[in-house]
Amino acid sequence: MSMTVLTVDDSRTMREMLRLALTDVGYRVVQAEDGVHGLEVLAHETPDVIVTDINMPRMDGFGFIEEVRSDPEHRRIPILVLTTESDAEKKNRARMAGATGWIVKPFNPVKLVDAIRRVAA
Amino acid sequence: MDPLESIKETFFQECEEQLAELETGLLAMEEGDTDPETINAVFRAVHSIKGGAGAFSLEALIRFAHVFETAMDETRSGRLAASNEVVKIMLRAADVLADLVRAARDGGSVDEALTAALTEELKTLGPDGADEAGGEEDWGDFEFKPATVELDLPPAPTGWRVRFKPRADLYAKANEAAILLRELTRLGPAEIELDARELPALSDLDPEAAHLAWTVTLSGEADEAAIREVFEFVDGDCELEVTPIGGAAETAETTEDNGETFDIGALLAQVQADAAPQPAAAPEIPTTSPAAPAPAAAPSPDTSSPPDGQASARKPEAGATIRVDLERVDRLIDLVGELVINQAMLSQRVMEAGFARASGVAMGLDELEQLTREIQDSVMAIRAQPVKSVFQRMPRLVREVAAMTGKPVRLVTEGEGTEVDKTVIERLADPLTHMIRNAIDHGLENPDRRAEAGKAAEGVVRLSAAHRSGRIVIEVADDGGGINRERVKSIAVERGLIAADAPLSDEEIDNLIFMPGFSTASEVSDISGRGVGMDVVKRSIQALGGRINISSRPGKGSTFTMSLPLTLAVLDGMVVDVAGQTLVAPITAIVETLLPKASEVNSLGGNARVISIRGGYVPLIDVGLALGYRAEPLPPGQGVALLIEGEGGARAALLVDAIQGQRQVVIKSLEANYRQVPGVAAATILGDGRVALILDIDTIVAVSRGTETLRAAS
Repeated sequence: MSMTVLTVDDSRTMREMLRLALTDVGYRVVQAEDGVHGLEVLAHETPDVIVTDINMPRMDGFGFIEEVRSDPEHRRIPILVLTTESDAEKKNRARMAGATGWIVKPFNPVKLVDAIRRVAA
Repeated sequence: MDPLESIKETFFQECEEQLAELETGLLAMEEGDTDPETINAVFRAVHSIKGGAGAFSLEALIRFAHVFETAMDETRSGRLAASNEVVKIMLRAADVLADLVRAARDGGSVDEALTAALTEELKTLGPDGADEAGGEEDWGDFEFKPATVELDLPPAPTGWRVRFKPRADLYAKANEAAILLRELTRLGPAEIELDARELPALSDLDPEAAHLAWTVTLSGEADEAAIREVFEFVDGDCELEVTPIGGAAETAETTEDNGETFDIGALLAQVQADAAPQPAAAPEIPTTSPAAPAPAAAPSPDTSSPPDGQASARKPEAGATIRVDLERVDRLIDLVGELVINQAMLSQRVMEAGFARASGVAMGLDELEQLTREIQDSVMAIRAQPVKSVFQRMPRLVREVAAMTGKPVRLVTEGEGTEVDKTVIERLADPLTHMIRNAIDHGLENPDRRAEAGKAAEGVVRLSAAHRSGRIVIEVADDGGGINRERVKSIAVERGLIAADAPLSDEEIDNLIFMPGFSTASEVSDISGRGVGMDVVKRSIQALGGRINISSRPGKGSTFTMSLPLTLAVLDGMVVDVAGQTLVAPITAIVETLLPKASEVNSLGGNARVISIRGGYVPLIDVGLALGYRAEPLPPGQGVALLIEGEGGARAALLVDAIQGQRQVVIKSLEANYRQVPGVAAATILGDGRVALILDIDTIVAVSRGTETLRAAS
């Protein structure tokens, strides 16, 4: 069965970029527009990997990761954080919230898929 | 279309939304809004534009967005107060950002000097002149350093021993030792040895803890950087030792003791490993001291977005929305139009068949009619949008025109949430732009003149929208000097638009500015444009089925009032008979209907007639004659007159043979299906399946009345 990836990003452009790159390699993609929406999607989807942005309205990436990690149903799902910053502070904060890894934007499709492969069973 | 191109299109659409959000947020901040969520939203807008621009390598846009974002981050973190000056710079930066986005989209050029100037201004707001490349440059030359010491390196190792002991944190973040080991084996032939010595008895086992360790012996050409990259994500959540086999000494580095035996070769190898993979990530890699994994428990004070959680909780839930292709909506509207026509036909047939009013069929039909009407309203509501999208463009315009004219101006907007059909909104932008320019350029006085008149130096332009009796009314008002009627009149005479002795009311003089070829500025200025006068504004409003009106008070200012239909798809009409034809008159224009007596109608010679209504006289226009349905006017005392009010309050009476009734009709474009016909605005299909023409009342009145008054005056 093909792998399902949940992408959480408030930017339509980014969501579409992710969808294009991931469906190209045969992954199934489900999308959410922010943390709150991401949690709603998780109520009826169990993705193999989650890719989330940090800066989002309603619930940002940090909050979203914390929520997922405190949910017994979903805390085992690897979460990759999208970050434009190459700065260590953001990454550290994402890790403290429980992120599994990160992808630096702008990403190329190969790197994105590689990062997912590196965390997915 | 190439999927990337289509995403790029999405990106530019999104940019427009974000630019609007940016401006709204900044304007709120200018008004003193200090809600962290407002500042966050503003930051996010710039951040998203930068992110998307990065994906498409739009360099100029990335550079400017980055500087902007850096400055914004200072405000967001509270290090820089959002003072009025700061917000003003950001507003201008938002304008530049908008220009850059459009240049990237349409391939145009931008004002380089302005961009550079704003870049500098933003940098002064950033943290101590933040450098432009976002820190990446710091590491630019670092990459090449190891090459110079290559000669001192020991012989390449023949393999690596990797000792890897996860901590519980590693598993808590959903990293998986098995996957890491799998990735490691991709680098070359590997032997994996499990160390389960710490594994407690099953009864004592804590499932959340980490008990296992592995030693992997990797042979082959893999370099240390590649090995460490495998463990990039778990850095700090595990103990990791990477030791070369066969080459240099085997004590390169350990995680537990801080490596007291420093070997120069190994150290160099490490420097190389640290520097090589990704220069930007380099500062992170030397976290091999035992202290590093600890901070998981103690979050470092993070100033970048302190109240994120609370702020997002306070924000009202955004309504669920979906994006729908406009074509689909239009198709739906068309279909509902057909449904309305069909329902009308059905009603008529049923009536003809002689069913009683109280019969089941007639009652069912009544319900159908109501439902149809509701469906129609609901479908129309899909196309309705708040005028906000066009109002939002005006603050920037005001800033620009204010800067060009040197007049301080404050724009006040009201009723931004008022909804109207999307097409109407789109076609409102140009006339509104022109009217606001005019209000500032011609309406407002210079600050000196304002001071003399005892007014505040800052002029006020008020833009408002409201629903009024089934139409949307948009007003552009200024608190300037009002229309200089003497001058307007003399210009009109000079240009031959009116006779020197034409007896005109104040209102009529004000309305002269809508005449083609009229321009009050003695020299055409850059701002109000060349050759584009208020007549163009008036025409574009009329094309939308709207009316425009001006009222002016000397010394107090002028107000332009536009009244537009809420939709271009349906119309409430009065169905009338004229010379055997069925015509529809828009009900909004009709003030009252009356049966003219022969004694009330006076002929002015030729076919020109007036009718006396409550002591006043208004022109009486025979519609059949005006449209050429008959050669002779209806004899006095016959027919019905519709008293109508055109723009500027000018009244006229349209003489028709009889009134059939009031009905909502679906507008079918005559231009699209046939061609434009003067005096006819559009067509519709009636219940009996026949086509009826919808009268363009303003044109009919303007033609007959306009020529008459001018002829009478000269």
